[in-house]
Amino acid sequence: MRFARVIGRVVSTRKVPPLEGYRLLLIEPTTARGEAAGAPLVAVDTGQYGDDEWVFYVTSREASLPLRDPFCPVDAAVVGKVDRVDLEDGAAILDLGPRGAAP
Amino acid sequence: MIIARVVGTLTASDKNPELRSTKLLVVQPLDLDGEPDGDEVIAVDRVDAGVGERVLISREGNAARQVTGRDLIPLQNLVIGVVDRIDRIDGGSPGGRGPA
Repeated sequence: MRFARVIGRVVSTRKVPPLEGYRLLLIEPTTARGEAAGAPLVAVDTGQYGDDEWVFYVTSREASLPLRDPFCPVDAAVVGKVDRVDLEDGAAILDLGPRGAAP
Repeated sequence: MIIARVVGTLTASDKNPELRSTKLLVVQPLDLDGEPDGDEVIAVDRVDAGVGERVLISREGNAARQVTGRDLIPLQNLVIGVVDRIDRIDGGSPGGRGPA
């Protein structure tokens, strides 16, 4: 699993049946400190995760396991929301809010 | 499998139910010289690893399902061992704990 921030949504009306009812989130990977790290991607929302939330996601075959149909053809899924990260240098990073600005 | 260093812990109360009661560690993948290699990833701990320790990470979902006994756990990265020592034929031999 990796860290990401929800930066938007993708709306798709015509899609494969197993995906019906699921929201598609646009997420941007981040480091453990909440800094942007890498190209945005689309991930299926398996909870009620929303705009600007700091989340974590799983990719590949495991992305479909939380869905009704565990063989649903997706390759990324948001599976949790970050409350806080505690790093070895003593830094405690909470869900930073919009755009990862440090508190 | 890759070698990584445990750099922190993740607290997440709102997560997929299959991930409940797991210990989530933030690990930094390392290259063979012990330097950071790419961004941190989140892994489930199976060996009581602590912050600062160098660990072995399995990145295979089927392994994660077998070890946890949860058929639908959406997980790949598993901390499966603490590295004591790495012996390299070229003489490089980073220690098992802390920075190289």
